[in-house]
Amino acid sequence: MAYTPEQLQVMDSMIKRYPRSRSAIMPLLHYVQSIAGYVTNEGIELIAKLLTLETAEVSAVATFYTQYKRKPVGEYHVGVCTNTLCAVMGGDAIFAALKDHLGVENDGVTADGKVSLEHIECNAACDYAPVVMANWEFYDNQDVSSAKELVDSMRKGTPKPPTRGPNSLVTWKEASAVLAGINDGKAGEGLQAGGPTLFGLNLSKEGK
Amino acid sequence: MTKLAPVLSAHWDEKDSFTIEAYTRHGGYKASAKALTMDPDAVIQLVKDSGLRGRGGAGFPTGMKWGFIPQGDEKDHYLVVNADESEPGTCKDTPLLMANPHVLIEGCIIACHAIRAKHAFIYIRGEVTHVVRRVNQAIEDAYKVGHLGKGIDVVLHVGAGAYICGEETALLDSLEGFRGQPRLRPPFPAIAGLYARPTVVNNVESIASVPAIIANGAEWYQGMGTEKSKGTTLYSLSGHVNNPGQFEAPLGITLREILELAGGVRNGHKLKFWTPGGSSTPLFTDEHLDVPLDYEGVSAAGSMLGTKALQIFDETTCVVRAVLRWTEFYKHESCGKCTPCREGTWWLVQILRDLENGVGTEADLAKLLDLCDNIMGRSFCALGDGATSPITSSIKYFRDEYLAHLTNGGCPFDPVKSTLFSGVNA
Ligand SMILES: Cc1cc2nc3c(=O)[nH]c(=O)nc-3n(C[C@H](O)[C@H](O)[C@H](O)COP(=O)(O)O)c2cc1C
Ligand code: SF4
Ligand code: FES
Repeated sequence: MAYTPEQLQVMDSMIKRYPRSRSAIMPLLHYVQSIAGYVTNEGIELIAKLLTLETAEVSAVATFYTQYKRKPVGEYHVGVCTNTLCAVMGGDAIFAALKDHLGVENDGVTADGKVSLEHIECNAACDYAPVVMANWEFYDNQDVSSAKELVDSMRKGTPKPPTRGPNSLVTWKEASAVLAGINDGKAGEGLQAGGPTLFGLNLSKEGK
Repeated sequence: MTKLAPVLSAHWDEKDSFTIEAYTRHGGYKASAKALTMDPDAVIQLVKDSGLRGRGGAGFPTGMKWGFIPQGDEKDHYLVVNADESEPGTCKDTPLLMANPHVLIEGCIIACHAIRAKHAFIYIRGEVTHVVRRVNQAIEDAYKVGHLGKGIDVVLHVGAGAYICGEETALLDSLEGFRGQPRLRPPFPAIAGLYARPTVVNNVESIASVPAIIANGAEWYQGMGTEKSKGTTLYSLSGHVNNPGQFEAPLGITLREILELAGGVRNGHKLKFWTPGGSSTPLFTDEHLDVPLDYEGVSAAGSMLGTKALQIFDETTCVVRAVLRWTEFYKHESCGKCTPCREGTWWLVQILRDLENGVGTEADLAKLLDLCDNIMGRSFCALGDGATSPITSSIKYFRDEYLAHLTNGGCPFDPVKSTLFSGVNA
């Protein structure tokens, strides 16, 4: 797949953000992932060329970080937190149920390419446990049935919106572009804070 | 009873709290305007006087860290904000940035002025798409109105899922475009940090605390907290409690007080063990309910305040299962650079798995402690040390529970009972 002049221009602007070009490697990897859905060999070759590095140097970086995928994931990539706190509170049960429900193992993708599944580490939302992420948006306070409904809605092509995130769930490629630093205009959507985030503040307003 | 003291969280309940309009409405960007008229050394002195200590885990005095940056050296200086927030249990910087990214940007302006830096980088973990949107938009808006771009630039750098990149020198390597592996210290980042230039690395909450200190003065901040732990901070309560969430309080509040505010441990259950500051801090039990949650108090009781991530587990939770899962995390996240951590965490997992399945022997507990002893203090960075905390502390308090797995031929707990939906929706 050849990259368009517009895409090359975006990449050039990413490199210019940094005092030294090599620092742009991570946003560039997020960006090539947003185009193909994963980090392709062509993507690695292009980044190497743009940054005057060896492809092996770019690969070495890409493989260090778990968010860069070297094969396609689903349009909706679902991560179930199974770090201790979420695991104990229901994350293990949710992950087991979703594997069974979707008929995939960890890192698997459904045959229709809609949903992929991965168990993830603590996602900095423990006060909303058990936590499920989709395309790295928050789905807070999940249980087995809500998680099954969530993936069913994805398979139907009408994914439920995140609990703390934009009004609708963007695709994996679109989310990868946001992580590359591209503003999709959705920062103003959604809650500023969920209930647990505000719990202490509300108490203090009652004089506590 | 200690009273809550929202400063960072004061306006989070307003629907538009994350916008530049809301931030400005509450006096935002006045502190940076004031700081820019001050001598940089006076800003550093004020932050020193306030007693602010780093909120990223170690509690190092922030003003002192800024003071280590050589002055008049004609070199570029950098500020790097650590927004990697991945220590299990830690969940304060993420909601802060979701609800009010501008306070961090204003803090960056003040800190850059103080350390004579023209560039700040915010290194945020990659697994939080909406938070990335909010911070990115806030930076754009700050440029639009001219808070940024006139001598101080802020760049958002998005990580890609590696806990080790929260360690400050691994973070710098990652930001330079390499695999995120810790560097040998010294030289410390203040001398040779990003691109080998003098660099300050601070946690989100540390930098976000600065605007209010400039606005209200060092004495005001000093007036909150305890003798050596000043100010207010975000305590993040999670787990088996009736009302988990963020509780911003003066340093030194106790878990007993926070639990009372939160409506207690979930109904019908009792506290079994908890972490004061994330999974890398030794576990506490119900003996520790009255430990003052400040840097000295928690250390004196044998743990660390860390990130103030209070993860609460009730009596339905198997401590061996909990510790095994954290250990699997450390094994997975070990960057592989040094042998004690890379090999040691692998062995810890093997032995803990056997113990959980009831196939080990009592001698395995001694072996675990011996392994921990060989990792602690012998690893290249604090990830290795942190990996040993849950193990040594759990064996100290719950040795019998480990042994019960052996006599029982496996785990004596029913995992369904510890889920939130025990009995429903399971
Ligand atoms: C494995 C590991 C992970 C860390 N993760 C973070 C993190 O996510 N955020 C953070 O601010 N500090 C983290 N730290 C601590 C940093 O190395 C550093 O001490 C901190 O960012 C300094 O900021 P402060 O002085 O404002 O506390 C981590 C340390 C280690 C060893
Ligand atoms: S202690 Fe672990 S994470 Fe730290 S440098 Fe060694 S191998 Fe890497
Ligand atoms: S343990 Fe799941 S979000 Fe922290």
